[in-house]
Amino acid sequence: MLKLTRYVLYDIIRSRVVLAYAVFLLLVSFSLFQLEENHSKAILSLLNIVLIVVPLISMIFTTIHYYNSYEFIELMLSQPLSRTRILLSEYAGVAISMIAAFLLGVGVPVLVYSPDPTGITLIFTGAGLTLVFTSIAFLASVKARDKARGIGSVLLLWFYFSLIYDGLVMLILFAFSDYPMEKFTLLLAALNPVDLGRISIMLKLDVSALMGYTGALYKDFFGSNTGVLFTSAMMLVWTAIPLWTALVIFQKKDM
Amino acid sequence: MRSLLTILFSLVALVVSAGIIEVGKDKNTKSLKLGVSLAKSGDTIMLYPGLYREGNIVISKQIQLIGVGNPVLDGELKHEMLTITGHNIVVKGITFRNAGYSSFNDYAAIKIIDAGNVRVEDNNIINSSFAIHIANSTESIIRGNTIRGNNKSEHSSGNGIHLWKCSGMLVENNSIEGHRDGIYFEFVTFSNIVKNRSEKNIRYGLHFMFSNDDNYQDNIFRNNGAGVAVMFSKKVTMTRNHFEENWGAAAYGILLKEIKEGTIRQNTFVKNTVGIFMEGSSRLNIEKNVFMNNGWAVKVQASCDENTFNFNNFYGNSFDVSTNGTMTLNKFSGNYWDKYEGYDLDRNGVGDVPFHPVSMYGMIIEQNPTTLILLRSFMVSLLDKAEKAIPSLTPENLIDDKPMIKPHRL
Repeated sequence: MLKLTRYVLYDIIRSRVVLAYAVFLLLVSFSLFQLEENHSKAILSLLNIVLIVVPLISMIFTTIHYYNSYEFIELMLSQPLSRTRILLSEYAGVAISMIAAFLLGVGVPVLVYSPDPTGITLIFTGAGLTLVFTSIAFLASVKARDKARGIGSVLLLWFYFSLIYDGLVMLILFAFSDYPMEKFTLLLAALNPVDLGRISIMLKLDVSALMGYTGALYKDFFGSNTGVLFTSAMMLVWTAIPLWTALVIFQKKDM
Repeated sequence: MRSLLTILFSLVALVVSAGIIEVGKDKNTKSLKLGVSLAKSGDTIMLYPGLYREGNIVISKQIQLIGVGNPVLDGELKHEMLTITGHNIVVKGITFRNAGYSSFNDYAAIKIIDAGNVRVEDNNIINSSFAIHIANSTESIIRGNTIRGNNKSEHSSGNGIHLWKCSGMLVENNSIEGHRDGIYFEFVTFSNIVKNRSEKNIRYGLHFMFSNDDNYQDNIFRNNGAGVAVMFSKKVTMTRNHFEENWGAAAYGILLKEIKEGTIRQNTFVKNTVGIFMEGSSRLNIEKNVFMNNGWAVKVQASCDENTFNFNNFYGNSFDVSTNGTMTLNKFSGNYWDKYEGYDLDRNGVGDVPFHPVSMYGMIIEQNPTTLILLRSFMVSLLDKAEKAIPSLTPENLIDDKPMIKPHRL
């Protein structure tokens, strides 16, 4: 499995797309830190990148990579290797390269300019989101045979997680505003990895606002050790379940 | 030389005529109570180091009670230690501890009642419910005292420095922690609160009611349960104070309720849940303040009118201004907003397009606080952008017509 992962990694690095992604992130992060005199403002802009760009690139790259290495996968399937192993090596290869690119592109500038709890949370959130969305993209591409359909569904999923979902949450909160919705909101937040990531950074950035009436509940929950554990566990679940489903589909799939 | 000698001699003569009573374990007078009863008006009592458990002592003559080397008065959690009533009295350099508590009387470590020209200076007051309680007094000075409360619940704890119905008072350089309200003013006029530090009090750092023509400046109010409240007062001036880390559902840097014609100038508001909360306030000048990293920098309720916000700096606040109505009777002009995205074509330092400090999402939160969970989400920023282009929900006229491009140097 390690050997296979290594081949996948070589392949990815040779294509230079990941390198371009890392350089892009690095340029953006450094220029943000240079432009804004106030580092917390730069972190705020980086937050948007982490929440929007990282899931998008992770998903699109994963899908394209999957379809491009379809022949390689077919070749591997003709060898005496288990299907689980092949897909997991593919996943490991992609996830490792994406996380490495993220750590280089965002992690290094953040550690240089603003190595405080907010920055560290930002790095962890970005890495977690990379893992989650790589896994979701694997599910989508294993499910769809057609490349166009795969990329289309991935784009839709990205749109759903980063925009539509929050709209739905707001709709629900307004529709049921007569009821105590605070606890339910916690559940709603847990059902979207982007929201989970956003909230964990928000807890560091907007402490003062969160100490208000409803915010205090969110802070008490997500800010406590249990909350941090919960967020990490939910991120893991968000990685594990799509990946596991992808594995199940892949095993039964008629290539 | 001769004149100097004359002055010296006359001073000595004065001291001799005033008379000094020494109270201490190895002095003639062992008990402070006895010392006070022996003293005549104009005398000085020197209190030497030791622990004095003498219950309540009443001073009603013109005397100076001065501690030498930190003597300790202990109220054994039963008594009010000093009751001062009269004029020209000084209490200086003494440690008071364990004043009594009663749910019927306001026992205090030092109670000053019906007095004038009293000076309470450089004392330490530890573990008392009320530390310094002043009622119906004038022209007195409370300076350089260190007050540490026992920080129990709101109803069993008293105020650090409590003034009721006073005039011309000066509260300066005191440090107060762990009381109910750090400094409490009710019906106090023409008084100054200067350079005090009020922290970690259960309720307000400064509580201010029905007190007109007062001035407070250079104070630090940090981490109090509910910040600072200024209510039902006229002509209050607040200058160069720091309001920091007042966190909570009902915590405000300053809560202004029914305030008229005041000035809030050059203050710093950092990391408060709400920097300034205004209700029913009018004709206030709020200028040259710094609002940094607050949840809400300013909440102006629709009941406020004719207030002006000029030359303030707003940085890193989650929300700059929020309000609960659409009518705009307050004026914002010449402030610096870090969220301003306009341009300055003629390069005069003033942005060419007005700034709307109230965001769409700020209005949404006001209506439905649960939506706070969506703070900083992509959708919210899209909503804000759309609203900026075509205002529909946010008050149209609540604008800063001259937003600054660079922060003011304050």
